[in-house]
Amino acid sequence: MNLLTILTDLAQTMFSTVTDVIPIAVIIFGFQFAVIRQPVPNIGKVLTGFVWVVVGLTFFLVGLERALFPLGKLMAQQLTDPVFIAGGEALNAVKQAITLSWQDYGWVYLFAFLIGFSTTIAEPSLIAVAIKANQVSGGAIGIWGLRISVALGVAIGISLGCYRIVVGDPIHWYIIAGYVVVVIQTLFAPKLIIPLAYDSGGVTTSTVTVPLVAALGLGLAETVPGRSPLIDGFGLIAFASLFPMMSVMAYAQLSQWYAQRKRPEAAQS
Amino acid sequence: MLGSIRDLAPIIAVIVFFQLVIIQQPLPNVLELLVGVLFVLLGLTFFIHGLEQGLFPIGETMAHAFAKKGSVFWLLVFAFALGFGTTVAEPALIAVAAEAAEVAASGNMIAADEAAKASYANGLRFTVALSVGLAIVLGVFRILKGWPIQYLIIGGYVLVVILTLFAPVEIIGIAYDSGGVTTSTITVPLVTALGVGLASSIKGRNPMIDGFGLIALASLTPMMFVMVYGMVML
Repeated sequence: MNLLTILTDLAQTMFSTVTDVIPIAVIIFGFQFAVIRQPVPNIGKVLTGFVWVVVGLTFFLVGLERALFPLGKLMAQQLTDPVFIAGGEALNAVKQAITLSWQDYGWVYLFAFLIGFSTTIAEPSLIAVAIKANQVSGGAIGIWGLRISVALGVAIGISLGCYRIVVGDPIHWYIIAGYVVVVIQTLFAPKLIIPLAYDSGGVTTSTVTVPLVAALGLGLAETVPGRSPLIDGFGLIAFASLFPMMSVMAYAQLSQWYAQRKRPEAAQS
Repeated sequence: MLGSIRDLAPIIAVIVFFQLVIIQQPLPNVLELLVGVLFVLLGLTFFIHGLEQGLFPIGETMAHAFAKKGSVFWLLVFAFALGFGTTVAEPALIAVAAEAAEVAASGNMIAADEAAKASYANGLRFTVALSVGLAIVLGVFRILKGWPIQYLIIGGYVLVVILTLFAPVEIIGIAYDSGGVTTSTITVPLVTALGVGLASSIKGRNPMIDGFGLIALASLTPMMFVMVYGMVML
């Protein structure tokens, strides 16, 4: 590692982040000048804000690329390696077919759970939505309450998704069953939370989560006998988008239930 | 900065724990790792700062300006341009589209040469971008009308399930995944601010009930469009 490669890395990433931002900036300022035809209030502050966003994303992406992604991918490979899963004594028998059942992948599920949880906590999009939801709800929805329940949803989703890859079930049965649960929950969840819960499915999977989770899925599909990376390797992101809807609604239902249970007690005493 | 440290602590803990306790091998390139983590910390801190100074305010002022101007047509054009323009350039989508082309080629759905794969991948990208553009238009229209979101989403699910029955098996996993990858880190705050801003500047709309939900629609429509694309291209 030397300074020069870091600087070139930063410059390249900065360039690609700027090219990502340009279409957005063109649309925003184009409409602002051509359609709305009013000066932007605090234009200086807004532009500085854009610069901070670009600089922030640049550092964030370079850091991920240099440190976390290689490590995450390496760990995904090591954990899904049949030699590691079967334990040291099977080392000699590697060349012969090792028969593994789904229970042998315990560490993989745990890793999937923990990596899903921790990457979601660090997800910038989710932080943005949580800040907004907190403002709009006047503080009724806590930033941390939302982030933790979304992260739990992603964690459960990804470990279940890994189990699916190991056993090789078709993905649509899981997704359709998940939809049924979401629909049933929608009938009972507090009305205020429903749109936010639906949104939280979409925001969880971006910059941090997608590359790490994709590496885990492809690693598993490559090493589990009888799985094709092309067909079975996909689908983890879909799981990670579905389960937060359930967990956020469950969080709202639980807190409502808790509040209702407390109220009569308070009235009695 | 302190907040960013708290945000990243779980990832570090998970990696260190698994590496040292379960895999039992020393961490490779510790110095490089530390520099990377420092960059991620700085990046997250700057990003959140920029979000509050730039993306949130511009999203909301534009929503207010459109609501005051009262031109539904231009608002919907803007919604479409924002959805389509940001999705077409999304790096995650470009990556997924390339992989999808590989799958299609290996399943003999398209020719295995580079030109066929490239055109398949580009077609997929434009399909997804179109679907996100339409989703934001529909979502903004919903905010204007005050329709409950759950009918749209549940209706969408039913369509997804029906399409799943007819779509080629190879495309299903990718179609489901493409719903999740469409909304980028810059788009999400902007679209959220737009929705919440609109809902709070229109009388009779509740920003909590009506302001959210745009992202959900933008995650749902790509699933349908990609499956349809898979069926049509077969």
